Amino acid sequence: MSLTRPMVNRDSQFFWDGTAIGELRLQSCNACGSLRFPPGPSCPECGAFDRGHVVASGRGTVFSYVVHRHPPVPGKELPIVLVLVELEEGLRMLGELVDVPDDEIADVEVGAAVQVDFHRVDDDLTLPIWRRA
Amino acid sequence: MGSLSGQAAIAGIGATEFSKASGRSELQLSVEAIRHALADAGLSVSDVDGLTTFTMDTSSEIAVARELGLPELRFFSRINFGGGAACATVQQAAMAVATGVADVVVAYRGFNERSESRFGQFSVAAATQVNTNGLDNAWSYPFGLGTPAATVAMQARRYMHEYGATSADFGAVAVADRRHAATNPRAFFYDKPITIEDHQSSRMIVDPLHLLDCCQESDGAQAIVVVSAERARDLQQKPAVISAAAQGSGADQFVMTSYYRDDIGIPEMGVVGRELWRQSGLAPDDMPMAILYDHFTPYVLMQLEELGFCGRGEAPGFIADGGIEIGGRLPLNTHGGQLGEAYIHGMNGIAEGVRQIRGTSVNPVEAAASSHVLVTAGTGVPTSGLILSALCE
Repeated sequence: MSLTRPMVNRDSQFFWDGTAIGELRLQSCNACGSLRFPPGPSCPECGAFDRGHVVASGRGTVFSYVVHRHPPVPGKELPIVLVLVELEEGLRMLGELVDVPDDEIADVEVGAAVQVDFHRVDDDLTLPIWRRA
Repeated sequence: MGSLSGQAAIAGIGATEFSKASGRSELQLSVEAIRHALADAGLSVSDVDGLTTFTMDTSSEIAVARELGLPELRFFSRINFGGGAACATVQQAAMAVATGVADVVVAYRGFNERSESRFGQFSVAAATQVNTNGLDNAWSYPFGLGTPAATVAMQARRYMHEYGATSADFGAVAVADRRHAATNPRAFFYDKPITIEDHQSSRMIVDPLHLLDCCQESDGAQAIVVVSAERARDLQQKPAVISAAAQGSGADQFVMTSYYRDDIGIPEMGVVGRELWRQSGLAPDDMPMAILYDHFTPYVLMQLEELGFCGRGEAPGFIADGGIEIGGRLPLNTHGGQLGEAYIHGMNGIAEGVRQIRGTSVNPVEAAASSHVLVTAGTGVPTSGLILSALCE
């Protein structure tokens, strides 16, 4: 089975356009400036529909993590380490922590520093991934 | 406008057997369960004028009505968000009978969730549904996070980090459930209790969750008959009066992945709890027992905290030393829960609450038959809860 592709609509297209060129984009409100992830059409802080984006630094820390061993995950060879990253900008984002050999999985811990990278799946999809910093 | 509290009651419960391969269609299972529930209540099929179920259920209200031969339905409804719907279907039924919109409403849930579409697997369908749930899942599934166990494990790890809880603390829930299932002939794990060592040595599914932290996948159906409290008094079973029925959704709510808010626990269950206590005028101390939704063990600890049975981070101490087993301070899931009896999306837990009020549970908590039972629905999702009560004599 191949990797599960994201559903994309006009509210989220900017994020995937960003990953395609190596940018981790966070939605920003042009009216009040608040940042938001996951994105959406209406600012929960001020109600404005006027939105743009900033490019995140790509640095963060592990807020929580799991080691997925069962059952199978389409497009993945198990086990995989999945992290909930707390970004420097204060938002959280899920992703796979890659290049963790089996004998180093036990070293992964809450608070560890991580850095974004990008995995080009094909012409239409580039996923953000995470590496130990 | 009056309160919903005390206006409606559960007058009948009915289920199929719980198995791993029912050999019948999901529609047939639901219809069988409904017929059993009506017989239990002493009502006939022609009394039914309302049906309610989960959005996820594959058998529509009209399909069920056709099989039952119902000429008309006056009320039908669905509740979204997986197992979070369980107690809310009863709330729908209670609101319908309390307002006179319908007289006899049956809540049902039936599926072949082990022999057909398995809930524990990575669900590509969930990630590709054409609606906002599908769009929400774009932020988890493509990265590889897409099984129920994995989504819960992410919260469980953070809970362990913040409060010092251990895997063995989670295991205490499994041990309690399996002890209760061991004396329940309907339970899949009848006569198969486990020890905490069994839990700790079971294989890792999604670290930190072991196999025995995860509920079963089951085939089966459960139906619940709701009528007005007044009518229930004249029927053949002791009524389980609905003292409170609540739904709850929290801030920045997602389905199983509410990871972006300050509190990545289950504050939506706090919403449900506060409303249950407000409607009923009762408090945690008034509950001699509870049925807490247990698809995964860590959520049982978090629920005890959100519902006010103990403070934040205190659940490991609350459940220690048999605290949630028969004879403990708050026996939970006396049917064996979804880890021990079957996973019927929380509806079998409501039935156990009714049996406790009637005094017919295989693991009776004596005080429940003259007081109250708290029942909750699925966690990690927008959810619901009930307080069932014995009639004041």
